[in-house]
Amino acid sequence: MSIPSIERKRDYQLASAHQRQSFKNGIQLTAQYILLLIFAVCFLIPFFWLVSESLKKPSELFEVPMLWWPKSPQWSNFTLMFSSFPFLLYLKNTMMLVIPTMIGSIVSNALVAYGFSRLEWKYREQVFVIVLITMILPFQVTMIPLFLLFKELHWVNTYLPLTVPHFFGNPFFIFLLRQFLLGIPKELSFSARIDGANEFQIFYRIVMPLAKPVLTTVAIFAFLHTWNDFIGPLIYLSDNHMYTLSLGAQQIMGTLDPKWNILMALGVTMTLPVLVLFFIMQKYFIQGITMSGMKG
Amino acid sequence: MNKRLNIKQRDLRNAMLFISPWIVGTLVFKLYPILASFYYSLTDYSVVNPPVYVGLDNYASLFHDPLFYQSLANTLYMGVFGTALTTAFAILIAVLLNNRKLKGLSFLRVVFFLPTLVPVVIIGILWIWLLQADNGVINTLLSYIGIDGPAWLADPSWAKPSFILMMLWSSGGAMIIYIAGLQEIPESLYESAAIDGAGFLRQTLSITLPLLSPVILFNVVTLVINVFQWFAEPLIMTSGGPDNATLFYSLNLFRNAFQYFKMGYASAMAWILLLIAMVIILILFKLNKKFGHIE
Repeated sequence: MSIPSIERKRDYQLASAHQRQSFKNGIQLTAQYILLLIFAVCFLIPFFWLVSESLKKPSELFEVPMLWWPKSPQWSNFTLMFSSFPFLLYLKNTMMLVIPTMIGSIVSNALVAYGFSRLEWKYREQVFVIVLITMILPFQVTMIPLFLLFKELHWVNTYLPLTVPHFFGNPFFIFLLRQFLLGIPKELSFSARIDGANEFQIFYRIVMPLAKPVLTTVAIFAFLHTWNDFIGPLIYLSDNHMYTLSLGAQQIMGTLDPKWNILMALGVTMTLPVLVLFFIMQKYFIQGITMSGMKG
Repeated sequence: MNKRLNIKQRDLRNAMLFISPWIVGTLVFKLYPILASFYYSLTDYSVVNPPVYVGLDNYASLFHDPLFYQSLANTLYMGVFGTALTTAFAILIAVLLNNRKLKGLSFLRVVFFLPTLVPVVIIGILWIWLLQADNGVINTLLSYIGIDGPAWLADPSWAKPSFILMMLWSSGGAMIIYIAGLQEIPESLYESAAIDGAGFLRQTLSITLPLLSPVILFNVVTLVINVFQWFAEPLIMTSGGPDNATLFYSLNLFRNAFQYFKMGYASAMAWILLLIAMVIILILFKLNKKFGHIE
């Protein structure tokens, strides 16, 4: 008689411990959720602010206390962007850098990564270590001699210093592509070789079509880097007809009447395409960043 | 036998053809500049006149330049506090975002990543306004909870913390890497820890952080090296002011090169930067080996 009663008691204790545990878990989950939401709102406020400022009248920008939202949104700021800022010219200039950089990055890094992954040769891994080392070489070390070199070549104030180097491989992209190419079964290359295909045909017809996802990642990163770059154009472009959107925006900041609301409208216009690209291509972004961090 | 040798030779020839763009690129855009940079660091070179060999003069005058020390100290401040806070924050958010019991996380994940997509010039313009003393968003929010906020970028003692706030806002890339690292940790470890009665905090300290340490190390190295190379934001927002409080190492270097045209002097700074980067990497790789043994 006594044994079942002890069992019942233990059952009861277990159940109540379980209940207490799940109650505690519930509170913990709610707390975590609220914390995340608070941080998320903090992260979104700057975006909201960018839009709000871009719709203000010049006088509203300086109002104290600040206005969370303009009284009557000035959508005309976005049309003013075309008349008071050479938007289309700078957009065209930016694309003159973006397109060659994307092409150069895809072609050169695909070739190089292929050589480092799909072909067997002595000392391959040792040579690849050099690729990894150049990845951490600070930009500042090469900045001055390259500037002087391009100056000798009369390339300063042209787009060549900002595009040509992208046709000669980028260690980060080589690493990214190599990781992917190593995962494609070798048998595909073997059977193509037996069928009489040469190495370039295997590269172009068989391996590259399979590598489309990672090539897309490279293309996106190359686009993003060039679209956002400011230091490169600052060093090499002195003629204001050559400016990119980023450099143009920065140069206007330094003038007497920067027209901040127009600059904010420009900010919205420059950020929007990148966000749209991100939402369409999210998978490729995340894949690229994850692979860069998970070397081991 | 002969044929196999031919295959080997053919593969080697093909490989060299495939990697030839990289070979040329490394020689012209990496190796040559590294060597040239060392040569220039031993010269007085103003671009207008040809370089004049001066031996170690540039290094000697660097060690007597108060601005060199100030820019180094500013950068170390960011390297220590900026890196520590950013790392702690990114891990916190990553751990919270990795909780499979919470709903709607894929949307929140996107939210934390978005700031990394904004062009740097736009980040600069935007944050100048967010950090305004009297009508900026941050001080307005602080005033709602009764705090009288500082002048941020205009105040020498708050200018660097302002940049740390920006670093936190831009830490989405590191978060993604941490989340990927967290997903590698087997779920069963947490299940057995939960059976043993370990709570969230206990699980984080005894399972998550130790197993995440290689990823943390990678991110810290990347972050510290980025801090040493970082100068676009201060150039846009403060140009080193107020009172040189945001004159960071690479901004100082850039100014010497492209504003004062002291190419020799700036090259000497670049070589010191290279040495610092190598030392940091070496130290952290040593640490990595230690951590690796523990695992």
